[in-house]
Amino acid sequence: MSYLDKAALKVVGTRPIRPDGVDKVIGRASFGADMTMPGMLWGKVKRSPHAHARITKIDTSKAEKLNGVLAVVTAADFPNIPNEEAFVGEGPMNFRDLSRNCMARDKALYDGHAVAAVAATSSAIAEEAVDLIEVEYEVLPHVIDVEEAMADGAPLLHDDMFTQGIEPKPEKPSNVAKRITFTKGDIAKGFAEAELVIERKYSTQPVHQAYIEPHACVVSYGSDGQCTVFSSSQGQFMVRAYCAKLLGIDMANIRAIPAEIGGGFGGKTLVYLEPVALALSKKCGRPVKLVMSREEVFRGTGPAAGGVIEVKIGAKKSGRIVAAELVLKYQAGAFAGSPVGPGCMCAFAMYDLDNVHITGYDVVSNRPKVAAYRAPGAPNSSYGVESCVDELARELGIDPLALREMNAARDGTKTPYGPTLVNVGYIPTLEAAKNHEHYKTKLGPNQGRGVASGFWFNIGGESSASVHVNEDGTVAVVEGNPDIGGSRASMAMMAAEVLGIPYEKVRPVVGDTASIGFTFLTGGSRVTFATGMAVTQAAEKVVEQLKSRAAAIWDISPEAVEWKDGKAFPAGSNAGSFEPLSLADIAVKSGRTGGPITAEVSINAQGAGPGFATHICDVEVDRETGHVKILRYTAVQDVGRAIHPSYVEGQMQGGVTQGIGWALNEEYIYDKNGRLDNPGFLDYRVPVASDLPMIETVMVEVPNPRHPFGARGVGEVPIVPPMAAVANAIADAIGTRMRDLPMSPPKIRAALDEQEPPRLAAE
Amino acid sequence: MSKHHVTTTINGEPAEYLCEAQQTMLDVLRDELGLTGSKEGCSSGDCGACTIICDGNIVCSCLMLGVEAEGRDITTIEGIARGDELHPVQQKFLEHAALQCGFCTPGLIVAAKALLDTTLNPTEEEARYWLAGNLCRCTGYDKILRAVMDAASVMRAEAGR
Amino acid sequence: MPHVTMTGIAARRLTGGLTEFDVEADTVRRLITELDRRYPGLGQQIDESMAIAIDGEIFQDAYLEKLRPESEVVLIPKIGGG
Repeated sequence: MSYLDKAALKVVGTRPIRPDGVDKVIGRASFGADMTMPGMLWGKVKRSPHAHARITKIDTSKAEKLNGVLAVVTAADFPNIPNEEAFVGEGPMNFRDLSRNCMARDKALYDGHAVAAVAATSSAIAEEAVDLIEVEYEVLPHVIDVEEAMADGAPLLHDDMFTQGIEPKPEKPSNVAKRITFTKGDIAKGFAEAELVIERKYSTQPVHQAYIEPHACVVSYGSDGQCTVFSSSQGQFMVRAYCAKLLGIDMANIRAIPAEIGGGFGGKTLVYLEPVALALSKKCGRPVKLVMSREEVFRGTGPAAGGVIEVKIGAKKSGRIVAAELVLKYQAGAFAGSPVGPGCMCAFAMYDLDNVHITGYDVVSNRPKVAAYRAPGAPNSSYGVESCVDELARELGIDPLALREMNAARDGTKTPYGPTLVNVGYIPTLEAAKNHEHYKTKLGPNQGRGVASGFWFNIGGESSASVHVNEDGTVAVVEGNPDIGGSRASMAMMAAEVLGIPYEKVRPVVGDTASIGFTFLTGGSRVTFATGMAVTQAAEKVVEQLKSRAAAIWDISPEAVEWKDGKAFPAGSNAGSFEPLSLADIAVKSGRTGGPITAEVSINAQGAGPGFATHICDVEVDRETGHVKILRYTAVQDVGRAIHPSYVEGQMQGGVTQGIGWALNEEYIYDKNGRLDNPGFLDYRVPVASDLPMIETVMVEVPNPRHPFGARGVGEVPIVPPMAAVANAIADAIGTRMRDLPMSPPKIRAALDEQEPPRLAAE
Repeated sequence: MSKHHVTTTINGEPAEYLCEAQQTMLDVLRDELGLTGSKEGCSSGDCGACTIICDGNIVCSCLMLGVEAEGRDITTIEGIARGDELHPVQQKFLEHAALQCGFCTPGLIVAAKALLDTTLNPTEEEARYWLAGNLCRCTGYDKILRAVMDAASVMRAEAGR
Repeated sequence: MPHVTMTGIAARRLTGGLTEFDVEADTVRRLITELDRRYPGLGQQIDESMAIAIDGEIFQDAYLEKLRPESEVVLIPKIGGG
């Protein structure tokens, strides 16, 4: 069924209070570190102080002898997993790499790489024990920078890494894991036709997802082999699958229970602690809690990839782009797997172009293995492309929104990565931005305005949901996605809408791996789309049952019953004359009409429908300090259909703010030994409340016909445009183009000094 | 390692506990007293997720020792609601959808409550600077500020001003 | 018959560099089976690392999806997310 007629909706599109809200404002919600188990021990991970080193010996004997220590593990306690990409329901994953990322084997590949772990009766004893573990290292030359890692003679991280995507296979190993290319049309012909060519190089830094909750888990490994894993992650089924694979446990023997998750943004789509805690628990037979410190989060877990973006755009003087070329060199961290593929695919997806060539390189270096971060890959490449397009617009003297509109992708546009777009709403975002009052306001001195657009695919995938009618006519919804930003509310709303009952009568629960069918993780902006589809279908099945139960009570044919406003009615006078039966009336008699009323639906949701966004940013540059203040920010996005508009706005505002942090402040600073110098929130500065204005949002609704309510994923694309929007605004304010992130005060100062060299005091 | 005996007041109720000299107030709250509403995000006083009120001042409980609570009056997130009724800041956080993951929420609510204990007429800028010690990575602070400003207006109305 | 394009893929080595194919198939399953018959190993590669865009809509792991004779089919790298 479809519910695209907005006027007919009673619940979807309203802004009720989330079902888990009260627990979260009174401190009762149970996050990863909040759980305890009887007899629980405290674990602690020992980490490499070296960026690149061979581990020649680990002596754990002193730690084991410390009173209160019950288990110590190293890589020797984990199966040595061969180099193979396996497929366990969450997509391809190289389990050798994942295993070695959780616990270094033979070599430590980055500062902060786990090399051993202990479990003890208190966290203080565990910390003491970690210091007693003696690790002998043979320190190796290291490499941090992406282009240095690609250079001939760079220190090699993996001597069996031969660049994929190059034929014939290279003779020598390198740090380039993969080369990927996309071609459309004839780039040489396109540039030959161009009247203006702009070629620029941009660079971005890896940044951390910086969820406020550090990774945490509490696990028990029973003597019968049955395991319980309570942890904060973006997917309990992902935790189960990865733990099973890394430790050789049957999935049936792992029950993964999702904690409330204190932010993830992609960074909690893989495991770090859970397999280690299980190995410790197995060794000592007691439950084990492992919680990271903030320093461990920075040194040992995911950042997002940074990289180098080389853009070349050719255009006619009219503004029509005739050729575009892009080279991306992305940081993967210590193991292959940067999001360079989607980086390539998203870069020009906003444009209708005939001639495009894109090359991407996936490059390893001595940094933590990158993890997904909101629209993984797209923010970097879009920063380059959207900055370059702005440079083009300025050079041609064309309004940047008009230039984009002239070249905009629309239904029927064949994208550079292949498919032809359908049902997309990019142009409406440009129009809404152009018509927004923000775009017309005047600016003062040292102020500037920038615009930029962005694209993200969104995904669907496997989801399960069940709907249970309780005996009193209230309803339980069980679904398999950890609620990272209000999704319980949208699930309950969709169920309530289908059932025709008040939102408050529906209580959603996030089930563990034993209480709901497989559900792909919370990520890729898929939950409201895919799991929402499963919830809707399960609720529809319940409605069918309710109709047949009413028919049984009335002793008429089920076809003669219709469901409206939460009640069964006879469908017309031929069906007979009966008082309507409410859901509660039917529920109380469910035993007599066939038993409990319940439905579970498992689907593989397809056709997620991409998201487009256009952002407007105003800045003011303090010429004395180089500080950039965000004066005003407006984010316009095609959201399909907003189920709970407040949480859609929240996704947009949060993504924008993370993008502003990436643009202005955030970066990893390494010392000459490859050690991270700023593993804390004091020196790794994420945006704080006083850095920002209100983030204005405009939700354009171009419904996605694949979803019963027209929803599109909304969480990813808001982080795509901000870096270019801020950079374009800075260029407008000071007349200098910042091509290297972050655009922090020292860099702005240097740019201003170049415009007007500072006079020495003596002069 | 002998433990210290501490007598204090937590959320209006008398409390006693034993703690080690190096244990932080946050560790005591979470691990000794089962008050896990205060969160550890950094243990260096940079994120504010562990914010409590100690004798009327907001404090990062990760920077305070458990023994320092002796004789003090401590309020944690568990003590912000007025009995069964949510504090206006809590209610407005819900109404404005000012939380996404909810992990920073306890600290932000405690800090915002302390602000409104001080003044019922904060400007948005004052509120932004007051809350600048509480990191939120999900919301971009927009809805948080709206919730706090709305709570202030509710409390002004309650106070008959 | 559906026209198939393969983009951005390291699997070109399996096809001798070819990236465009005409394949007589009315479902995704049959399309993959036929491509694997022509280029042994390509079927596994598609299963593990590729999504299939049919007439502009992206499908992942969708054997049952129908193809029309005029369908535009593009094999693209599988997409995850944050």
